[in-house]
Order: sequence, then structure tokens, then C-alpha cells
Amino acid sequence: MFDRRLLTHFDWVLLLTVFLLAGVGIANLYSSTSGWNFIATPIYLKQMVWLCGGVGMALLICCFDYRHLEHFSIHSYLVSIGLLLIVLLLGKTTMGATRWIDLGPFNLQPSEVIKIVMIMLLARIFGRTAHPLGYSLGELWQPALLICLPMLLILKQPDLGTAMMLLFIAVSMLVFAGLRRSTLLGLAVMGSGCAVTGWFFLHDYQKARIKTFLNPEADPLGSGYHIIQSKIAVGSGGFSGKGFLSGTQSQLSFLPERHTDFAFSVFAEEWGFAGCSLLLLIYLFLIIWGIYISRRAADRFGMFLALGVTAMIFWHIVVNLGMVIGLLPVVGVPLPLFSYGGTNMVTTMIGVGLLMSVSMRRFKF
Amino acid sequence: MGLNSRWSEHPRVQRRFLLFSFAAALIFLLLILRLWYLQMISYERYNERSIRNRTRVLSLAAPRGPIFDRDGKLLVDNRPSFGISVMRQDVTDREMLLQRLAELLPADPAELEHRWKEGNRFPVYRPVPLAHDVSRETMERVLEHSLELPGVLTEVRPVRDYLEKGSAAHLMGYLGEVTESELEQELFQDYLPGDYVGKIALEKEYEAYLTGHRGQRLVEVDVKGKLLRQLQMEPARPGNKLYLTLSQPLQRAADMAFGDQSGAAVALDVHSGEVLAMVSRPTFDPGLFARGIASDEWVELLRDPRHPLQNKVLSGLYSPASTFKMIVAMAAMRDKMSTVHRVVDCSGRFELGEATFRCWKKEGHGRTGLKEALRESCDVWFYQVGLDLGIEKLAVAAKEFGLGAPVGFPLPGEKKGVIPSKQWKREQLNAPWYGGETVIASIGQGFVLATPIQLAVMTAALANGGQVYTPQIIRRIEDWQGDTLLQAEPELVRQIEYAPEAWSAVRSGLEAAVNEARGTGWAARLETVRVAGKTGTSQVVRRKSDEEEEQDSGDGVEVPYRFRPHALFVAYAPADNPQIAVAVVVEHGQHGGSAAGPIAKAILEAYFDNSQSVTRHDSVGDDDV
Repeated sequence: MFDRRLLTHFDWVLLLTVFLLAGVGIANLYSSTSGWNFIATPIYLKQMVWLCGGVGMALLICCFDYRHLEHFSIHSYLVSIGLLLIVLLLGKTTMGATRWIDLGPFNLQPSEVIKIVMIMLLARIFGRTAHPLGYSLGELWQPALLICLPMLLILKQPDLGTAMMLLFIAVSMLVFAGLRRSTLLGLAVMGSGCAVTGWFFLHDYQKARIKTFLNPEADPLGSGYHIIQSKIAVGSGGFSGKGFLSGTQSQLSFLPERHTDFAFSVFAEEWGFAGCSLLLLIYLFLIIWGIYISRRAADRFGMFLALGVTAMIFWHIVVNLGMVIGLLPVVGVPLPLFSYGGTNMVTTMIGVGLLMSVSMRRFKF
Repeated sequence: MGLNSRWSEHPRVQRRFLLFSFAAALIFLLLILRLWYLQMISYERYNERSIRNRTRVLSLAAPRGPIFDRDGKLLVDNRPSFGISVMRQDVTDREMLLQRLAELLPADPAELEHRWKEGNRFPVYRPVPLAHDVSRETMERVLEHSLELPGVLTEVRPVRDYLEKGSAAHLMGYLGEVTESELEQELFQDYLPGDYVGKIALEKEYEAYLTGHRGQRLVEVDVKGKLLRQLQMEPARPGNKLYLTLSQPLQRAADMAFGDQSGAAVALDVHSGEVLAMVSRPTFDPGLFARGIASDEWVELLRDPRHPLQNKVLSGLYSPASTFKMIVAMAAMRDKMSTVHRVVDCSGRFELGEATFRCWKKEGHGRTGLKEALRESCDVWFYQVGLDLGIEKLAVAAKEFGLGAPVGFPLPGEKKGVIPSKQWKREQLNAPWYGGETVIASIGQGFVLATPIQLAVMTAALANGGQVYTPQIIRRIEDWQGDTLLQAEPELVRQIEYAPEAWSAVRSGLEAAVNEARGTGWAARLETVRVAGKTGTSQVVRRKSDEEEEQDSGDGVEVPYRFRPHALFVAYAPADNPQIAVAVVVEHGQHGGSAAGPIAKAILEAYFDNSQSVTRHDSVGDDDV
């Protein structure tokens, strides 16, 4: 199954970029949690372990020919939907949301699994049926149904962030697959209709987050606290930042969740505009490289698979940064390779593994 | 496969790749622009907010300036006190907390609740004081239970310590929390709610000198407000030191001599107008206010019929009674120098038209000259001399000696008293002046009213040969490092001119009153120093008839307290070279000589440090009207 020739085509650029970003992320975690002497294992060490595990997983996946996945995608999808149902019925509840299945040593988060499975399934659908003129609205019922089912299940948990991610990924792939102008128009009308009706189905805390986003100063110590403190952290970084380990917002704990969703605020405070721009350019390079992999893919399934994974990473970056710098409401979306957390690391690295797999097999053989 | 590959190389698909790349780059550009806006354009604003986030300004209370007597003896100081406060934002269950705290202090939960509510006008980050000036044991007890009392802090705060308790309390004044309306004034622009400021008297009038300059510490805190390190420190500057003209031994002696009696006493340095002692009785403990006076204590002070909060030296109005006779004598001699040798036959009564005016001595003094009239306080001599002189000339003389107008003491609240004249009566009462009114004005009764400090100024002017000084209370103000900021100089208001014989005639009369047999001021006599003085007994209510008077004088002790006459005594010493002048009023003290005399004597004794004082001769002093 493993062809030695593959090694010569191994995507070192992708791996190095991933290491670079994850390395900066770990250094940043070291800084943001440096005052934490109350936990036995430092956060940055844990993240290193997750990174090693993730890279190992990615390498394992890239050895495996992605083309086999096309056949598994339907089964995987069904299993994932089953898992989402199990979560709703017997899942572990933390902080008012039911997202995890307790598997003893670790917790499984089916909403993360579905992201990858969704990409695989859509890649299969779009890969098999070519519509050179683009999809019409009527031809979209099947993928639309497949997207909406897990989205509704995730919304029920409730996890607006992940549901939105799923939608963004799917729409990206759909747009790439090609849509007719009338379809685009129709989708836009339906989308805005859904947004308006959706508002009434939102939980109070979700509405509060959106209101807070629109006017964070209305409740500076309550729901607006995160966003205000984050903006203060980012803004006070200035051009060159306060220096590594010297961010007052983070070192003095004014910044909440600074090792997870708001890790970038710490970075922005300590490294300033210069550091942020550089980091964003590296992220952009990763995205462009992902698109490049997609473009060089040997087949349509690979192309859509790579594009979907790239879209997933892209939207995570954009939504997280948008939230941290006050452009988007606070939804719990982590910054890939940067925020602390095993779940996100594993999902991202599976994606990276798939990208590598597609990249290595770009020549037909 | 082939088809797929071709599809991906389709220009339309190629364009999509390009489009997606551009879209990604564009969105990233948007993020970078936002970062540019936050980090470059709004940097100043966010940086300032980040500094404010992590820094706290802690103010350091400045010790209030101490107050000393003229010889540097400490009268008012500060001492550390422990207060229990609460940080409201850290409290989750207020009722539980107050209940628990009330058990520990112990205190009334309702009182704590009340204090909490009062604290609502403070900004949230300011602790609200719940208990003032608790004992060290109480503080330790609260500290031991601090785990059960989240948000409760113990604070050390300097509190005013009045070492002499109620002595001179009316002069020192007291402190109270700064009010909202005060905070709006320019004088209080550097004050914060909850600060203590002088509310009356010296503490108020010299607030600007006494208050220190608060210091501050700029500290770095974490999100829980935990203090991490000090960034900057500006030490507090203590307030200035006030050196009064007061003499602590004199003040103590005067206070002691009063005992339970109410009234006022003041001693002046004859050559400068410096106030050596100032007593107003009953008094109060200004320390009560320093720790936050309870409302019932306050009401009690306000309702007390003996007016403990009033400074009677400045605002107590009394008929000067016979102490006024020295002015009548002086005025009469200025009018006709022959008055020195004027002899009046006192039969115990004086007739004017239908009216009869009586001398305090029913059987009369017989043939009486000026000296005897002053010595024995013969009323009939002064009725006659006063009537001949007329009210207008008498009024002019009295005003020259400082009566009828505020003497200019540097504290507010001074009354100006009354020196009647024809014009005054027309203006005030719209009535003509009667001769009988001149007669009773001549013995300091009727419309004539004066404050103790006016009587002291009058006596001092008589003693020093006509120099009227503004009474002073501040001798020197030093800053905390000892540099003099203000050095008081005597303020001569006017020099009164009289013939030398006039001065010596009245002075020898006053000297005789204290030192010679039959003198009314015998009770103030000192063995080592010759004292000159004049008694006075001031009617509180006008007697309705002679019958009543006879009953009164026959069994004076039975008169209800509030109808008893006030006892007055004015004195200076030494008689031949005066240094100190004293005026004493004992409210409802009955007899000028026996009630007020000993107090004057105690002050003079303390002044001359006369330890081998003469035995008291309370019984010798006779009363007069």
C-alpha cells in the first residue's frame, strides 16, 4: 500500500508551516499561562504532547491513500449522525451545553468528527457529479439535506459556533463546485430568511452575545467583558508589542480564556502589529498552500477534499480572529494550531494529514 | 480520472482557484486593517485603558496637624484607629455577612445595615466603613474570622485625639464627614467623600492649615485586585501645627474650678489680647465626633437646656451688672473730673419721680465716695452719677471699651451685645428713652448685654491704660518641618484717653473691692499677688414686686435654678502692674463674689503659679445687685 516514491513527493512545506505556527502557538501559551503555578503539568507541555500526537496522526493518515475515503464517506456520515444523536441523548453536559461523549480516558466530540466527515461526503458528491454550468437550486436538495441534518443536531446541543463552521465549510465547497447566478440569489434570499427566523430560536445567551458584539460597552463587566478586555489587550500592543511574557492584560489575568479562544489576544498584546501581521501572513500562506494542493490534486475527490479542509482551517482562523479583534460576535471557535485544546488539535491535524495525503499523491500513479 | 483532471484544468475552475485565493487574501487584509486600526490608530486609547486596568491609586491619609498650647504642650493629636469596612463588590450574601459581623463586633445589625446604605453614595470600588474606632481585640476577632467574611477589611485610619477631652472643646471644635455641599466648594476640591473635616471652631476655621496633603501609592494589581507591586509612591504630607495662645495649666484650672456649674470664663493677656484660657460649661467631648457620634448622643447634646454645644464666651449674652460700674465711673470722670470726689448719701433707696430704685444693701451705705462705691458696689451712688451723666455719654464710653460690638475674635458666632442709647431704643423698640432706664443701665442691667469676652476686653483695657486689643487665639503656625508660616502680632484696636486720675481712681476702687474689708470681691484675693476685680450679679428675670424680692433675698437657695441670677466676676492682676485680665460668668450662680470669684481666683492662681495659695474665703464675699 505504501509506495516509496511517495516520500519524494512528501509535502515538507506544509509540515514546516504547521510546525512553525504550532511552535509560535506553544510559545504564546507558555507566556499566557506563565503565572499558573496551580496546575501540575504546564499547559504548553500538554499542548506539545497534543501536537506530537497530532503530527503522528497526520503522518499516519497521509500514508493512507485518501481515495479509499471516498468509499467510506457515506458510512462515516451515518456513524457520525448516530454519534450526534447519542450526544443529545446521553452526552456529558458542561456549562449548559451537551457536546461530549465520555469514553473513559478522553471525551469524544462528535461535532468535530462531523466536520471532517462532512468534507469527505461533500467531496464525494461534488467529485462525482460535474455541473459545468453550475448547480441549479433544484439540484441542490440532496447536499442541502445532508448539510442541514447534522447542523440542526449541533444547534440543538447548542453549539452555534460549530454549526456555523459547518455551514461556512459547506457553502465554500458548494460555491467552488459552481452555482448558477439564480441559485446564488435564491440561496441569499433563503439565508437571510433563515437568519431572521433563526433569531427567535436562539438561546438567550446567544442573543446576548450578538447584542454584546454590537455594543460591548453596554455591559462592560458582564457579557461585554471578554470582548472589551480582548480589544484592550490587542490595542495596547501597539506596533511592536509589550514584549514576550510582558503583556499586562494577560499576565495579570484581565483577559479571560487567554489560553484557549483568546490566545491570539495575548500574542497581539505581546508582539504588536508587527508580530500579528507576520503571523497572519503565515496563516495566509497555509491557506494559499492548501488551495494550491487542491489545485494540484490528482482527482476531483482529492481536489474537493483538500479545498474543504482548507476552508475548514480558513474559517476557523477568520471567525476566531474576527471575534478576538471585535469584528464578529463571541462564538467559541478556537484558532487552529494556536489555541490550547486537544480536540481542535486532533481535528486540525487530521485535516493536515488529508492535505498531505492529497499533496503526495498529486501525480497519477 | 482523465475527465476529472481536465475539469480541474478548465479555465473556469482555474479562475475559481484564483478567486478563492484572492478572497482569502482579501479577508486576511481586512483582519490586518482591523489590527492596524486597533493597534496603530487607537493605540493611545487602549494603552491607557490597559494601564488603568492594572493600576490602582491608593490614597494615603495625611495626619491632621496637631494643636499645641502656648508653651508647646500637646492639646490635640492623632491616634491610629481600627475601622471595619466592607468592599461591596466582593459580597454575595449581604444579610448573612452583616449578621455574622454584628455577632463578632458586637453591633446592632440594623446599624450596620444603615451604614451600608449610607455608603451607597460612594463609588463601588471604595470600601464602606461599617464600624469606626474598634478595639484591637475586636479587630483581631474579625481578622480571625475573615474567611467567613468575604469582602470585609480592617483599615487603620488616623483619628483625632483630644487629649484634654472636653476642656476648651468649644474652641477646638470637632470633625465630621465632609458633606456633599461642602464637596462642591472650591476649598474642598481635593477632598473625597468620607473624608473628615473640621465642622466648627478652630478645626473648621483653620481647616486649610490643619489638613494635610494626602499621598498616594500607584500599585499594580491583578484582575482580583490583589496588590502585586508598588509602581510609584508620593508620601502624605502632614498638616501644619497650630500653636495657640492658650495656656494648658490655666485652662485646666478654670475647668476644674467650674465643677458642675455652667457658665463661661476667659483670660486675656493684658498687653497683647492673647486668650490664655477659654472655658464654656457644660462642655462635650469632641472625641465623640471623631469616631462618628451616635444620633442619640447628638440629640442629647442638642436638647440639653444648659447648651453644651454653645461657646458661651463668645455667644453667651449676660447683663454685665455691677461689672459695668467701672465704665460708668470712667465716663462720669471724663464728663466732670470732680466726680472723683463725689459723695452720695445712700439710704438704701433712690427715688426718681414715681419710681423707687433700691440698693442691694437695704439699710444703705450711708455717705459713699467713688472708691467705696466700687469697693462695696453701692448701687445708689451709680444711680445718681449715671443719671447725671446721661445714657448717651455712658454709651460712648462703653463702646470705646469694646462693648456693644464684636471684639473681633477669630472664630465666628460672636454676639455683639447691647449698649443702649436713645437712638438705639427708637430704632429697636420705637419708643422714647426714660430716665429710669438710664438709672438701671448705670448698674449694668436693663437693656445692657455683653458677652464674657467683651467683659474681659473691657477689664484688660481698664488694666492696661486704655489699650483695646483684638483677642487672639493663634500664636504661631508651623509647617510639619517646623518652618513658621504665620506669627501672630498684637492688634491694637484703639487707645482710649482718660485723665491719669480717672484710671487710678477706678483701679484703686477695684483693688479695694478684692483686698479691703467689706470689699465684694474678697473671694478672689491672692496672698502673693494683689488682684483687682469687680463682682456682678445679673438678674435673669425681672422681679415682679418688692414682696417677691424680699422672699427671694430672704431664702435665695429656694429659688428655682432657672430663675437664679447669674454670678459675674471680672479681675486683673497684679493690681500695680497688670498682666492678666479675667472675666467669669457662672450661670445661675447667685452671688458674683462667691460663685464666680473663686473661679477667677483659680485662673489667676494658675497664672502666677501660686502653689501656696491662700485658703478660700468663700463666706466673706457679699452679694450685690
